[in-house]
Amino acid sequence: MTDPLLEAVNITKDLGSGAAKVAALKGVSLALNGGELTLLMGPSGSGKTTLLSILGCMLTPTEGTVRIRRQSTAGADPEDLARLRREHVGFVFQSFHLFPTLSATDNVRLALDVRGEPSRAARVRSREALAQVGLAHKTRAYPRELSGGEQQRVAIARAIVGNPSIILADEPTAALDGTNGQAIMTILAEIARERGRAMLIVTHDPRLLPFADRVVHIEDGRILDAERGGVREMLEDH
Amino acid sequence: MPLVFTIALRNLFHDRLRLIATVIGIVFSIVLVTIQMGLYFGFGRMVTTMIDHASADLWIMPRGTKCFEDPSLLNTRERYRALAINGVAEAIPVVIGFADWRMPSGAMTPVFVIGSDLRAGGLQPWDLVEGRIEALTSAKAVAVDQTYFDRLGITGIGATAEIRQQPVQVAAVTSGIRSFTTTPFVFMDVDRARAHTGVPSGKATYLIVRLSADADRDRVRRQLMSNIGDVEVLTPAEFRERSRTFWLFGTGAGAALFAGALLGVIVGTVVVAQTLYASTKEHLNEFATLRAIGSSRRYIYNVIIWQALLSAVIGFSIAALIGDAVVRLTAGTALPIVITPGLIAGLFVLTLVMCIGSSIAAIVQVTRIEPAMVFTR
Repeated sequence: MTDPLLEAVNITKDLGSGAAKVAALKGVSLALNGGELTLLMGPSGSGKTTLLSILGCMLTPTEGTVRIRRQSTAGADPEDLARLRREHVGFVFQSFHLFPTLSATDNVRLALDVRGEPSRAARVRSREALAQVGLAHKTRAYPRELSGGEQQRVAIARAIVGNPSIILADEPTAALDGTNGQAIMTILAEIARERGRAMLIVTHDPRLLPFADRVVHIEDGRILDAERGGVREMLEDH
Repeated sequence: MPLVFTIALRNLFHDRLRLIATVIGIVFSIVLVTIQMGLYFGFGRMVTTMIDHASADLWIMPRGTKCFEDPSLLNTRERYRALAINGVAEAIPVVIGFADWRMPSGAMTPVFVIGSDLRAGGLQPWDLVEGRIEALTSAKAVAVDQTYFDRLGITGIGATAEIRQQPVQVAAVTSGIRSFTTTPFVFMDVDRARAHTGVPSGKATYLIVRLSADADRDRVRRQLMSNIGDVEVLTPAEFRERSRTFWLFGTGAGAALFAGALLGVIVGTVVVAQTLYASTKEHLNEFATLRAIGSSRRYIYNVIIWQALLSAVIGFSIAALIGDAVVRLTAGTALPIVITPGLIAGLFVLTLVMCIGSSIAAIVQVTRIEPAMVFTR
């Protein structure tokens, strides 16, 4: 068995301080493997976003260890964490977070520009990433000229353009209608499968279950259970 | 085009109203600084105009003379001591002083008399538009500037008036010899200048020294100082500096101009800082996204600094055009605003520094961004 691309071991996270202190995560352990699409499901306030932030090196755990490609994030300063994010992690957000003043190509290019990639090569790769998500014809479009589904595809292109080994998505279909949501999930599932990426998707939406290789349930800061094998896997078995 | 630059440019032009406010702030600030510094340079140039136009290698003056307009006197017998020094070709007496000009109508106005040995040519009127220098050697002859015709109650060559109850006649007219004190200059022969200003015959305000071609100026100067008592011997550059220092700093005029310039910088900094801060706050979500996808803090600082630099370039360009117009408008006045290439370069650097300095508040704000905020917005 190969090492997980992303591993969280016994993570706790306290938010706030003094009387207002809340234990958002209480000893969570989770491993994400390459080529696997994991859904993280749970009610509001269960700790999904906190866990996603810690797995994405945006928050540091109060206790516990996060390892990205076997490299521990313990003791990393904010700049080290930023480097880990840009080298290994692609993000897809619920509300897309595209730059309204940049074209689709430039929005995708951002992920390469922050790595210091030369402009010309970055532009070519950005167009390729947009083509991969079916937006080859919208490279010059600005976010306001795109539908919600198209904007999320641009965000996915931005997440994958740097070829990260891990993709973390926060409710990627929540702002979309059913058809667009299914289309986005199809793209994400393909991305996870084809390139051997580890993908974690936080969602409330049970319609995404068929796309999952694994479903992890979290509640009150604890992982309740992990179901292995979604509809996709069952279909593949047949 | 680098993406950092594109983001900065788009952020800047995204809110046109804020951009206009920023640019107005910079333009106001830089125009104010330009005017203050232009006045400083203009004033500095005006107070040394006589020294600049004198044909002198050295100036001999009473000890403690503060500026060209200082009326202290020295004995003209020092002239002969000066001439006795090897290397001194000429020592030309100059007499200056305030006097009253009585117009034909009987009205009076103060004038500043400048008398020199016109045959020797130590300090002659320049930029003549009517008449000749030689004409000033004749009795009663004076030269005045055409700018002051109205003030002097005259219309041109041949006009008559009185100084200290003695008749004078305009024999030459200059153009552009203006006094920062607004008191008209009246050029004449040195002997008549004494009579018109009440300076005794054996006295002069300055001796303009001209050296022979092979003379060593420093050596001659040392000898002049040791041979002539109670005088100072200055080079034109030193005399210029002394006059400028007196008028600009001895009177507080320079400090006032600098204070005005400083005020301009403060106003500009505050306006730009405020608008940059507001712009950064508006784009906080985008900066958090950048941080979330792994940008370094420096990358985000670069966006903000580019915004500041672009604002600076736009603001400075407009301010430069306004400054140029102001220079043209004041060119013929008693106190022209003078802008030198060095000043332009300095103002550009000042604009850049001011705008980059203004971005500190915005940068501090960005430093506090938590990338995880992208999940909650």
